[in-house]
Amino acid sequence: MMEKMIFGRFIPGDSLVHRLDPRAKILFVFLFIAIVFIANNAITYAILLGFTLLSVFLSKIRLYFLINGLKPVFILMAFTFFLHLFFTQGGDLLVSIGFVDIYEEGLRQGIFISIRFLVLVFMTSILTLTTSPISITDGIEVLLGPFKRVKLPVHELALMMSISLRFIPTLMDETGKILKAQMARGSDIGSGPIKERIKAVVPLLIPLFVSAFKRAEDLATAMEVRGYRGGEGRTRYRQLNWRLIDTLSLLLLVGFAGLLWYFRS
Amino acid sequence: MDILLKQVGYSYAKDTPFEKRALTDVTLHVPSGSYTAIIGHTGSGKSTVLQHLNALLQPTEGSVLIGDRKIEAGTKAKNLRDVRKKVGIVFQFPEQQLFDETVLKDIMFGPLNFGVPEEEARRRAIALVEQLGLPEDVLEKSPFDLSGGQMRRVAIAGVLAMEPDVLVLDEPTAGLDPRGRREIMDLFYRLHKDKGLTTVLVTHSMEDAARYADTVAIMHGGKCVATGGVREVFANEEQLGDYRLEPPRTVRMQREFEEKTGIILHELALTEEALAHAISQALQEGRGWK
Repeated sequence: MMEKMIFGRFIPGDSLVHRLDPRAKILFVFLFIAIVFIANNAITYAILLGFTLLSVFLSKIRLYFLINGLKPVFILMAFTFFLHLFFTQGGDLLVSIGFVDIYEEGLRQGIFISIRFLVLVFMTSILTLTTSPISITDGIEVLLGPFKRVKLPVHELALMMSISLRFIPTLMDETGKILKAQMARGSDIGSGPIKERIKAVVPLLIPLFVSAFKRAEDLATAMEVRGYRGGEGRTRYRQLNWRLIDTLSLLLLVGFAGLLWYFRS
Repeated sequence: MDILLKQVGYSYAKDTPFEKRALTDVTLHVPSGSYTAIIGHTGSGKSTVLQHLNALLQPTEGSVLIGDRKIEAGTKAKNLRDVRKKVGIVFQFPEQQLFDETVLKDIMFGPLNFGVPEEEARRRAIALVEQLGLPEDVLEKSPFDLSGGQMRRVAIAGVLAMEPDVLVLDEPTAGLDPRGRREIMDLFYRLHKDKGLTTVLVTHSMEDAARYADTVAIMHGGKCVATGGVREVFANEEQLGDYRLEPPRTVRMQREFEEKTGIILHELALTEEALAHAISQALQEGRGWK
């Protein structure tokens, strides 16, 4: 069940996108999110979609896998699509069934918003799929560096983030194990009436909390024992390395924004 | 109750880039009333096989026959409660599954899920606490207030309270002190003998396998590479070596004894007691030292 989820997952690889500096990728995605809103007609949305598919291609992630893993997102997408389809008015009346009127503008908006949603989800997924959680946090820490001046605990935030990311798979594994142990004792979240299923959550959550707290305590002890005392004067083991291709990728994005601006109506 | 795995294959995370093959063409028969040990190196697929024994995992190829219930690749099995009632699993580090307010409630959790009346479940819990050598006042305590060893025993009691026909044990004594290990393993063996419980033990310990099991299956690289009687498997040192396993300590000592003295013992010694007995007998028979 959880195996197919791809939120926050990382697939190791050595594609062009994998090799980009995490800072470049994070900046890229944030800029892209802003740029998406430039698009406002059929051509620009088509360019947007094409650009996204090109990025997927360059990252060497199988499209099928991406689509399969993002199924829950598609439900949300379909929901917004129909919302626009039924409730946006304007342009010619296309179909009218009973009390439902579908206007041209509604269809247009529905399709555009869906594409916008799709490219945003695809791009952010590419970021997390091609960048290891550790690199993402490293990148964020550096990018947020300037905010240290205003007393933002950047290092601590980055540490918290990397610890939580680090423990996602561990906790997932543990959930699976406890789930199975309780299933073997006849409690089953996966089947039975809804009331039974809700009752089956307690035997799952309590052991999970107990072990999470225990792990947190162990980790804190282990860090203290090894002399951890915050980010002050700490050097890095993993050095980030900005190369020409990173600059080029951002320039490409700027060019892309210009293209969208040109074709926008 | 018989369990039969027929050409079972299993892949984790099938159809994703994370797909990982765990089992290939595993055929294994666990006859009713037998004590089967599954041995093998780390990552050989032992634990994956174990989860097929009560349909926690469904094979991606082949089929599993549990009693008269057939679980086949490709079909989604429903209503597995009956199967799970009959096959109890003690997982590795079972104390992780404790959750209820009191030990009593936690032990009663399994039986109540399977429709055992409350009075009967309570009776079983009380009896098991005693059998497992826990003090009686533990029943009303929170399981999280107990020591690690006690938690382990409570968790085991929680599985035994279901009174399954088949008991599957995954390294049940890992991390316990030697005496605790022995006590718990002996208890499982007693249940196996007294109640005719079909037992499957997944273990790293060749000594445990030799002492308790009557059939041994070797897993290697996701395949079941050998099955046979316990003596037959442990006598074949070459085969064990092929799968990076060592014979039990008693067998190693027997071989050394035989080599040094030239006296060949009548049969393979599977326990320390048997080895001591066999050696003293051989010496008494007056075959003397060469």
